[in-house]
Amino acid sequence: MIDAKRRTLLKGSLGVSAIGVAVAAGLLTPGTVLANWPKAAFAATDTDAALKDLLGSASTENSDQVKIKAPDIAENGAVVPVTVESDVEGAKSIAIIASGNGTPLIASFDLGADAVPFVSTRIKMAKTADVVAVVQTESGLLSAAKPVKVTIGGCGG
Amino acid sequence: MAGNIKIRAKTSNGVTTVKSLMSHEMETGLRKDKTTGEPIPAHFIQEVTAKWKDQVVMTAFWSGGVSKNPYLSFKFNGGEKGEAIEITWVDNQGQSETGTAEIS
Repeated sequence: MIDAKRRTLLKGSLGVSAIGVAVAAGLLTPGTVLANWPKAAFAATDTDAALKDLLGSASTENSDQVKIKAPDIAENGAVVPVTVESDVEGAKSIAIIASGNGTPLIASFDLGADAVPFVSTRIKMAKTADVVAVVQTESGLLSAAKPVKVTIGGCGG
Repeated sequence: MAGNIKIRAKTSNGVTTVKSLMSHEMETGLRKDKTTGEPIPAHFIQEVTAKWKDQVVMTAFWSGGVSKNPYLSFKFNGGEKGEAIEITWVDNQGQSETGTAEIS
């Protein structure tokens, strides 16, 4: 009896799970949140266009207030650890760009009021290129770049 | 749709450091199946929201350029032991997952 019920429950939940999750995601996350995903910026095929779409401007200023940490040589381009840190006041967002990728913009992080301008993640790199970090502040865009030599590309198959 | 979100949050000197590991294939949509030559459809996390005490501390927008099984670390000012951190991701196929952890 109990077993039979459990069966139905399992069956039911398995069948619906994929759709259920999709619906739940659609219902639970406000439409505006996903609409925020900067589609054009991620589709842009060069760094300047991506920055213009993402931040409204591509004029960045090299700054030692932006620190980017990445390996000198990445043996596997599919997994390149990148850490971006800044001590600038009022940082609003951080963007990570792999300038040699077909679509260079990897990620953009919007910082909340309490956030410290620090993010660390792992990215894919198609080939040897600069990894660029752009920090958005009240007064403009600050950037730093770090060349990373990639021995095996991480995009495409 | 697999796994969960592993989160570790630690507070020290008034700053909380959060480290998280998500389980996701992160397909760019550019790769081809090696045996059939068919393109593998894009499937990657587009948005990650991190909350502390129901307040958003960071929203991340990602492309398929973030590595498979993404690692994400960030920091914020404040945070006490025992307070909750919540991380939610939504991918381009509308799937989503949420994980929580207590600050230690």
